[in-house]
Amino acid sequence: LLSPQDALSHPPGVTPAMNCRAEVLEVSVEGRQVEEAMLAVLHTVLLHRSTGKFHYKKEGTYSIGTVGTQDVDCDFIDFAYVRVSSEELDRALRKAVGEFKDALRNSGSDGMGQISLEFYQKKKSRWPFSDECIPWELWTIKVNVVNLANEQERQICREKVGEKLCEKIINIVEVMNRHEYLPKMPTQSEVDNVFDTSLKDVQPYLYKISYQITDSLGTSVTTTMRRLIKDTLAL
Amino acid sequence: AMDTDLSSQDRKDLDKFIKFFALKTVQVIVQARLGEKICTRSSSSPTGSDWFNLAIKDIPEVTHEAKKALAGQLPAVGRSMCVEISLKTSEGDSMELEIWCLEMNEKCDKEIKVSYTVYNRLSLLLKSLLAITRVTPAYRLSRKQGHEYVILYRIYFGEVQLSGLGEGFQTVRVGTVGTPVGTITLSCAYRINLAFMSTRQFERTPPIMGIIIDHFVDRPYPSSSPMHPCNYRAGEDNGAVYPSVEDSQEVCTTSFSTSPPSQCVFTVTKAHFQTPPPVVTDTLKVPVMGLAFSHQLSSSRLSYQPAALGVGSADMGYPVLFAGGLNAAHPHQLIGPGKEGGIPPIPSQPAHGTQADQERMCTPLDGVHYSAATPSSSEDTETVSNSSEGKCGSPRDLLDTIFIRKVGAFVNKPINQVTMANLDIPFAMFAPKNVELEDNDPMVNPPDSPETESPLQGSLHSEGSSGSSTGNTHDDFVMIDFKPAFSKDDILPMDLGTFYREFQNPPQLSSLSIDIGAQSMAEDLDSLPEKLAVHEKNVKEFDAFVETLQ
Repeated sequence: LLSPQDALSHPPGVTPAMNCRAEVLEVSVEGRQVEEAMLAVLHTVLLHRSTGKFHYKKEGTYSIGTVGTQDVDCDFIDFAYVRVSSEELDRALRKAVGEFKDALRNSGSDGMGQISLEFYQKKKSRWPFSDECIPWELWTIKVNVVNLANEQERQICREKVGEKLCEKIINIVEVMNRHEYLPKMPTQSEVDNVFDTSLKDVQPYLYKISYQITDSLGTSVTTTMRRLIKDTLAL
Repeated sequence: AMDTDLSSQDRKDLDKFIKFFALKTVQVIVQARLGEKICTRSSSSPTGSDWFNLAIKDIPEVTHEAKKALAGQLPAVGRSMCVEISLKTSEGDSMELEIWCLEMNEKCDKEIKVSYTVYNRLSLLLKSLLAITRVTPAYRLSRKQGHEYVILYRIYFGEVQLSGLGEGFQTVRVGTVGTPVGTITLSCAYRINLAFMSTRQFERTPPIMGIIIDHFVDRPYPSSSPMHPCNYRAGEDNGAVYPSVEDSQEVCTTSFSTSPPSQCVFTVTKAHFQTPPPVVTDTLKVPVMGLAFSHQLSSSRLSYQPAALGVGSADMGYPVLFAGGLNAAHPHQLIGPGKEGGIPPIPSQPAHGTQADQERMCTPLDGVHYSAATPSSSEDTETVSNSSEGKCGSPRDLLDTIFIRKVGAFVNKPINQVTMANLDIPFAMFAPKNVELEDNDPMVNPPDSPETESPLQGSLHSEGSSGSSTGNTHDDFVMIDFKPAFSKDDILPMDLGTFYREFQNPPQLSSLSIDIGAQSMAEDLDSLPEKLAVHEKNVKEFDAFVETLQ
């Protein structure tokens, strides 16, 4: 993991707040491995950042639903990971990662970019001010796409990237284990400011995924910065 | 002094959390070494039996072993719960791969809220365990077990013993949770000097022999607890069965409060499960596997019928066929055998079928239920808690390890014998032999190993050695990762690669089997004088016959 200072380019508009934890992971992969590697990391983070659905009852108490999990085998990497059993969540991640992969592919031969997963809380403001989104945890995955010459190199790459991802998973778990700041468990009226309650079977913390394509100098080549916003409130 | 800070209710809750956390930890670890993909469903409504709000199944045998090891105690300082994962080859050599340790140290966090923060952090720790169990080297080894080796687990309680892991073993910390009575830590120490024993090396038989000798040493500590294969097991012949968790399982229905955390409503209800005893069916020699399949090749196309087989205990002389089907709604539950005979019964709802059927299987079920309570029409349902609703992967996941194949003619195995294949394993096909052959063959029965092993291991040794005669054909041909291009068929959950691997290793013709040949030869020799006498008697007829030919 790099230090937060090394996260030179976080997506514009997502400035980590003073108390926002920032973690950076770097991977070098072949083009066809991008999707699986990103999904592995994002799903592992979201596994730790999703709960069962809350059901509020009287007197301010609530019960929590059950989160199922499932193994996912990678086709292009010697690697397997666990994700939350939620097709909606998987679809959302795949959509984001697919766009990222396409952007990487279309950007030219350098093939560098980063995808960010940000967890935030909403803070309601009075009119005429709009609600604030306050990030409390930011995961950035820097990706470097390599081109390989032959089958033998690809085979080695399968294994190497698999080993690297194992290290990333261990890193992610280390961060999760620090038990640092997590939003306070919300009351029923506040739950949509903390959690994404739009999924039917699990409840991740509110999150946003964004990405950026960079050239080898680290500067943003394209200003195509797409945000996939997972707000539950329209206004 | 410590106890006065913690209310007695909190203390009771904490002890219960730690106990069930230990049991769930063991389940996650063992299930991650079964060699198959795990899939459980999310449920938006709490079922009340899902500890830590996670859908983790309880394999009864595993819970039983864990409770036996814990013997009513909880992890404490100097008393750690350890799950040892080891590998055992078909030749009988074994090697420790990992030790998972659940420990407690003295560092207390008095301020922490038990029924709220501790509970949620234990849940987070289990998620971390789910993730970490897939990234240690033993995971990939366990996914390819079945032919040349199997993965075993052993649970013990007390002092952690790491010396069997070889030099330079590495440790990965899964996480810690502070509690008012100490800090729970979960970590894994794993052998690394199998790093060069990558999975592909297990597929080349000759080089392995050399490597194995270097690493397989006598166990320094004779195990006090028996080794167990990481697989589903049916239970004893005498009908004794592992109760699901207990005869009455305590469930945890926790409500959380958002206003003063002290207003936690914590109710514990008891649910009674009935575990129908698995029925012993016919003689069957099956190797250790997470999920087993019976094969039945139909003439035009592979038909798909779910079958889940367990491994029996050899102490009764024959294994138990834990034949049954996968509950279509809960793919990883075991269903007890409902019929006798060697061929697993076809469930009333075939796992494959129309698209509508498949969709039905994966549709979330309404309402909350315990899977155990209602046996399906033709099978008994083994109790598995943590049933949940919601989608569980694609239909393909349910089906991709299920198929049936008929045994061909002249094949050297009884019609009701079963071969196992985990579709992820190359060379998964090997021919289990008759029981008598193995018993008579001194080459096959291994010398006694120092540890107390589950009686299962006897069958394991026989399996592997007898399989080697057909397995040796693979020495010349090394197939590492066979993924034939464009070969995946989305309709049939069996691809070309699997088919190829399957039929690479056909069973031997019975007439070529040495023992049968030897037997018949002895008989032949004995009967020679008789036959000669008969021929002498009929010599005139023979002469006449010969003349007609000229």
